[in-house]
Amino acid sequence: MKANCWYGKTVTRVENVPDPQILNRRDAIVKISSTAICGSDLHLYNGFIPTMQRGDVLGHEFMGEVVEVGREVTNLRIGDRVVVPFPIACGNCFFCKDEMYSLCENSNPNAWMAEKMFGHAPAGMFGYSHLTGGYAGGQAEYARVPFADVGPIKVPDHLADEQVLFLSDIFPTGYMGAEMCDIKPGDTIAIWGCGPVGQFSIRSAFLLGAERVIAIDEVPERLQMAQQGGAETIDYREQNVYEALMDMTGGRGPDACIDDVGMEAHAPGIVFAYDRVKQAMMLETDRPHALREAIMCCRNGGTISVIGVYGGFIDKFPMGSVMNRSLTIKTGQAHVQRYMPRLLQMIENGDIDPSFVVTHTMRLEDAPKGYEMFKNKEDGCIKVVLKPGMNGRSETVH
Amino acid sequence: MMATAQPDFDGTTYAAERAQPGLPSASAKRLAKGLGWFSIGLGLSELLAPRAIARISGVSNTHTGLIRLYGLRELASGIGIFSQKKPTEAVWSRVAGDAMDLASLGVAFTSPNAKRGRVAFATANVLAVTALDLMCAKQLTTGNQGIHAKASCIVNGKPDEVYRFWRNFENLPRFMRHLDSVRDLGDGRSRWTAKGPAGTTVAWEATIIADVPGEVITWRSLENADVDNAGAVRFEKAPGDRGTIVKVNIQYNPPAGAVGATVAKLFGEEPERQLDDDLRRFKQVLEVGEVVVSDATLMGTGYFAQRPAQPPDIEELERVEESESLPSQTGTNYRTAAEGRMM
Repeated sequence: MKANCWYGKTVTRVENVPDPQILNRRDAIVKISSTAICGSDLHLYNGFIPTMQRGDVLGHEFMGEVVEVGREVTNLRIGDRVVVPFPIACGNCFFCKDEMYSLCENSNPNAWMAEKMFGHAPAGMFGYSHLTGGYAGGQAEYARVPFADVGPIKVPDHLADEQVLFLSDIFPTGYMGAEMCDIKPGDTIAIWGCGPVGQFSIRSAFLLGAERVIAIDEVPERLQMAQQGGAETIDYREQNVYEALMDMTGGRGPDACIDDVGMEAHAPGIVFAYDRVKQAMMLETDRPHALREAIMCCRNGGTISVIGVYGGFIDKFPMGSVMNRSLTIKTGQAHVQRYMPRLLQMIENGDIDPSFVVTHTMRLEDAPKGYEMFKNKEDGCIKVVLKPGMNGRSETVH
Repeated sequence: MMATAQPDFDGTTYAAERAQPGLPSASAKRLAKGLGWFSIGLGLSELLAPRAIARISGVSNTHTGLIRLYGLRELASGIGIFSQKKPTEAVWSRVAGDAMDLASLGVAFTSPNAKRGRVAFATANVLAVTALDLMCAKQLTTGNQGIHAKASCIVNGKPDEVYRFWRNFENLPRFMRHLDSVRDLGDGRSRWTAKGPAGTTVAWEATIIADVPGEVITWRSLENADVDNAGAVRFEKAPGDRGTIVKVNIQYNPPAGAVGATVAKLFGEEPERQLDDDLRRFKQVLEVGEVVVSDATLMGTGYFAQRPAQPPDIEELERVEESESLPSQTGTNYRTAAEGRMM
C-alpha cells in the first residue's frame, strides 16, 4: 500500500510499504477513505519530537471502512464506516475505566521511552513517534487499529467524510480545551491560536455556554474564520495582547484562557528570538510564549486550559503569577473516546458542521506538498484532507 | 489456604525470605553477620584481655600492645559488616586481617618464647576462619557482579487471582521475554529454559522456597544449575480496591565463560528496564488477555530492537511468529489473509 513516511526534518515521502495485518485479537484493519494532516504532525515534521525513526508512517486523523476484524472484535463488521480516535486505549485499565483514554496503561509498548521524558507514559498513539508506542499512522491506504472494540465509532452514511473525520482528533481536542475551562454563563474565554484546534475551541466554548470568545492569532484568514465562528479577534502583530484583553474585559481579564498553540509558538520581537535560540541550542525544547501570555492575562482565580501539545521543557514559566492569583491549570491529550458519541450527536443535530475548517483536499500522493503548504500557511491553508485513491487534481476550497 | 511445605523448607530461611524476599544471596549475608559477631567478640577480648588471648594462642605476652591493635581492627571489621547493607568490603577487610594474624603467628612460631603447640592450634583456628571469610567475601563479590533487578506494577484483580496466575510458572514465558518455557515438575520444582543469542538456550531447575497464596512466592535454582538464580514476587492489595501491587526481585549470578556471557546478553545493559517491560506485558496479559504489539516493537521494546513504525512484510511476520514473541495467533496465516484482501 501507499503510505506517507517520515525521513527526517521536513522530509516525508509517499512510499510503497507492506499492508498491515491483524496482530492482536482486538485489531481491525481499516481501508482509509479520508485522513488529515494535524498541527501536531508539524512538530514531528519540524523535528521537535524525539524518538522518530526513518520510515515511520505518519498520521493520526483518519477514517474509513472496516475490511478485516480480529476474532475478539464483536461490535464491528466488515463494511462498517468508522472514524478512529488518535489515542489507542484498551478500555480495561484504571485510566480507561475512568474515561482518561489518552492515559491508557496498556497500549504503549514503548512506555519506558516516555517514562524517561515525562516520568510516566501516556497511551499509545497512531503515527506519533516511538515514545507513544511506535504504531504506523493513518496517512496511508490501510491502517491496523488496535482495540477496535473500544476506539472506532460507526458513522451514518448521510454524513460526509469531512463532517465526521475530525472526530478523530481536532474536534474533541478543541472541545476538551473548552470543557476544561469549566465555562459558566456569562464567561469570557480567550483562545490563543486560530489553527484548526483553536477553531473548534471557539465553537465549543460557545456550545458550552460562553458569552464572549476572544481569539488571538496573526494569520488573516484564520482570524477571519474565527470571526465567522462568532469570536472577537486580536492580531498580535498589530496589538499588544495583554493591553487589548484588559481593554476588552475592563481590566479584570478573561475568565479562562485556552492555549491552542503549544510548543512552537510564534511571537513578535525579542521574546520569540530568546525562545527560538534556546530551542535551537537544546536549552529548552518548547517555545511557551502563548502559555506565558495566557497566564499573565487570565483573571484572578481563572483557569488555564493547555490543549496545545508540549514535548519537553520550558523556561521562564511565570509560576508566581499562577500561585499568587489562584489560577488553575488543566491539561491533557484529548480523551477522544470520551467525547466521540456526544460530538457525533451534535453533528447529527446540526449544532455544528466541522467541514468548515477544510481548505485543501489532496491526493495521498501529494502529502509532502500538503505538509509544506500547511507549515508555511501558503494559499490560505488551514486544514488539509488527504484522500487515498482520489483521482484527478488536488482541490482548494475557500 | 495453608502455605505449601516445600522439600527444602526450613523455618529460618522461610521467615527471612518472607520478610525480605530473595536477594542478594541471603546465605552469604547471614554468614557475613555471623562473622561480624565473631569479629566484635574477638575484638573486645583482644582489647580488654590481651594477656588471656596471648596465653591461649601461645604467644609471648610482651606483645599486648599489638594484640590490642588487632582488637581494634577486628572491631572495625565487625562494625563495618553491620553498618553496610551489603558488607562486601568489610568481609574482605576481615580476609586482610586474617593474613596479618597468620603472618604474626608465623613470626611467633620462630620466637624462642612461643609455646609451639598452642601457636599451631591458634594457626589452625585462624586458617579455618580465613576459609570462611574468603568464601563469604567471594559470594558477596559474585553477587555484586550478578544481574539484579527489581520492578513493580499495579494490576487489576485481587491479590489471590494475580498470585494464582504467577504461581502457575508455565505462564511466565507469556510475558517474560527472555524465557522460552517453564515446565512444572511437581513438588515445587520446575524446569526453566531461556533463549540465548543465535538459537542457543540456557536451562536450569528451580525450587520454590516460600509460597504463601495471595502474598509471596520465592524460588531459587537448584545447586547444579547452569546459572545460579533466584526470584521473589510479592502481592499486596492496593488501597481503595484498586487492584494488586506486584513487586518482583530477580537475581542471576552468571558463571564465568560462555554460559555467563549468554546470560549477560539476555539482559543486556538494562536488566531493570527489561524486568519493567516484563511486568508491563504481565499487566497486559491479565488486563487485556494478550501482549500488545506495535509495528515498532515487533522485535522487542529495547532501543536497538525498534524497527520503523511501518507494517512488517510477510516474511518478517513469519520470522516474528517463529520466534514466538508475538501473542499466540494460532491459525493466522498472514499470506492468505493478505492475499484475501487484495482480491
